Amino acid sequence: MRNRIGMAGLVAGISFLAMGSAQAVEIEYWQYVFDTRVKAMDQLIEKFEEANPDITVKHVTFPYADYQTRVVASKVAGQGPDVVQLFYGWLDNFVAGGLIKPLDPAVFPTEKIESEFFPIVSAMKRGDSYYGLPTAVRSLALFYNKQLFEEAGLDPNKPPQTLDELVEAAKATVKHDSGGNITSEGITVSWEGQDHQWWREVLIRQNGGQPYSDDNKQVTYNDEAGLSALKFITDLQTVHKVGQAGFMDEGQAAFRAGLAAMTIDGTFRLGAFESNPFEWGVTELPANADGVRSNYASYFANAIGATAEGEELEAAQKFLAYISSPEAMAIWLDVVGELPARKEAALTEKNLADPIYGPFLKGLEYAHTTIFVDEQAQRQVAIDMANRVLLQGQDPKDSLAQAAQEEQAILDRFYNK
Amino acid sequence: MASIAGQESPAGNAGLWDRFSIRTKRVIWAWGFLALPIVFYVGIRFYPTVQAFWLSFTDWDLLRPATFIGLENYRRLFADPLFWQVFRNTFTYLIIGTPVSLVLSFVIAFYLDRVRFMHGFIRALYFLPFLTTAAAMAWVWRFFYQPVPIGVINDALQLFGLPQQPFLRSVDQALPSIMVTAIWAGLGFQIIIFMAGLRAIPSTYYEAARIDGLGEWAILRKITLPLLKPTTVFLVVFSSIGFLRIFDQVYNMTTNDPGGPLNTTKPLVLMIFQTAFSSYDMGYAAAQTVVLFTILLVVSLIQLWVLRERT
Repeated sequence: MRNRIGMAGLVAGISFLAMGSAQAVEIEYWQYVFDTRVKAMDQLIEKFEEANPDITVKHVTFPYADYQTRVVASKVAGQGPDVVQLFYGWLDNFVAGGLIKPLDPAVFPTEKIESEFFPIVSAMKRGDSYYGLPTAVRSLALFYNKQLFEEAGLDPNKPPQTLDELVEAAKATVKHDSGGNITSEGITVSWEGQDHQWWREVLIRQNGGQPYSDDNKQVTYNDEAGLSALKFITDLQTVHKVGQAGFMDEGQAAFRAGLAAMTIDGTFRLGAFESNPFEWGVTELPANADGVRSNYASYFANAIGATAEGEELEAAQKFLAYISSPEAMAIWLDVVGELPARKEAALTEKNLADPIYGPFLKGLEYAHTTIFVDEQAQRQVAIDMANRVLLQGQDPKDSLAQAAQEEQAILDRFYNK
Repeated sequence: MASIAGQESPAGNAGLWDRFSIRTKRVIWAWGFLALPIVFYVGIRFYPTVQAFWLSFTDWDLLRPATFIGLENYRRLFADPLFWQVFRNTFTYLIIGTPVSLVLSFVIAFYLDRVRFMHGFIRALYFLPFLTTAAAMAWVWRFFYQPVPIGVINDALQLFGLPQQPFLRSVDQALPSIMVTAIWAGLGFQIIIFMAGLRAIPSTYYEAARIDGLGEWAILRKITLPLLKPTTVFLVVFSSIGFLRIFDQVYNMTTNDPGGPLNTTKPLVLMIFQTAFSSYDMGYAAAQTVVLFTILLVVSLIQLWVLRERT
């Protein structure tokens, strides 16, 4: 008897729930845990739900270290997210694994994407389809310690603008002890940090080269341009003795401790550097002698999960459109400190005049984006290339050739799968 | 027992169970309880092990369904120079780490056993590193090894006018630097086990030997070491497996360039971890796991055979 009543209650409950779901859709948004990103997204969700009372967005986060594994595992379990955040470099894997679906051109017209976003958005394009849109983008710039510049007799408001000036400024600011050991760096040498990006997308291009073929299937840096680019960075340690890999453990740690006059790092470091107990500034990455500049930009994009169908798909599209809107980008810049991915939202007079955002934004106009097939393995190739020169005294030319061969093997394995 | 069970169960139900003798019932109960851990182990340990063997013959990458590719992963592994370097590293950890840590811990245990002054306190000091998280310890050591101005060891070298050493930033010094911390971390446990072994040797043997006029060295060689053999065997196997599976120290001391510089500190476990969870090459990682499993098995069997009781 009691069972029967319980059963009736359950049936009523289920039908009530089913009725509810006909009116309200719940979609899941996944991203990794990073305090400010989670906060910003919570704000965006709140605003979105206010404007769309029939849609609720469930915000799911995972630690960065497990994030990719979770997304992949969810596919295997058949319970994927409706909107999912991914690093642009993971796109090939996500597409190959059927984790995400291409954006519907009727909802997200290709011409509009290409005219309104910075050109680096093309890293989300495969064939004729776009697979995701970024909210914010990151670029590199040269951070410098104004106090150390002043101590060395340099003008703290005139940071180096060319590569030659960079070396001169580093020589002026570096400090050695009586044993010849560096006690404060002129510029950090940190391949584990951003130096490998600086080498790949900036210095190689400034030397007239190109890191990869246009279809990304061939390594093309094993030439004079690649060699000069590599030597420019390793010379900082071996010839000019203005920096030392591993000093203070990491380049960014040395800069934070006030023991490095300059370091190359990205927008994502702004939060950490904010509390530096000294005055510091940011400037565009130095140009070469002919005034050519380049930059490396990267971003996390949001894509639509492969399992989203019907009204969930519709809701997911609405949500994706909102989080890549100018309004969302302004909030993101405010809370996270990452640059808007739309030109219109980014290149405002206020942003360009900002002494910190300005240089990063200028960098975006000429930035390149590397299409990684296995980001960590490719990064490792570059780190090893530098270490062979710095630690084993190998000829840079041989080290470069070996790196090109190793990285080609990684590309081949991926594209021949 | 039986009568209580009899009272509780109604006569109608008193069938099969009551016909068993107490002895049989005991056996059934015992197996009933034993079945739990067995089922648990089969589910949690043996099934995944078998699964790993199967995966090692596939090209599974988490995303696409696995296809059988035979011995391709093993062919790729044995042709990979990185694997052989990692193999050498792993055995360097084992072949240097195990004997050094055992000799060291035996010597310390042997003398600590005779110390009466603050015995408990000193023993606790030695044991302390074993209680600490390997990751935390590795980070502290990582800072000890830094160049000037923050590296404690290099600061000391500077003080005595010695040249600073690169330690973790050197292809020759990085592996020994990490091994020292691993040995130090395991020392406390080995000392405690050795001391327990030493205490278990009846003091009458020593008294008899001294009455017969045996020297300290002879006592050590003829009485202490032979009677410590079970303890030694246990520690050799235990410590070898520990060094073959070394991961925490290496990973945490080289997070920016895991297993670096230039893979000179990378052990097999770290290679497996990277293949599986950053390259998502699960089949290849499974093949590496099978190789590690085989190495562990062979090394343990050889040790048990060499150190077996000859009676």
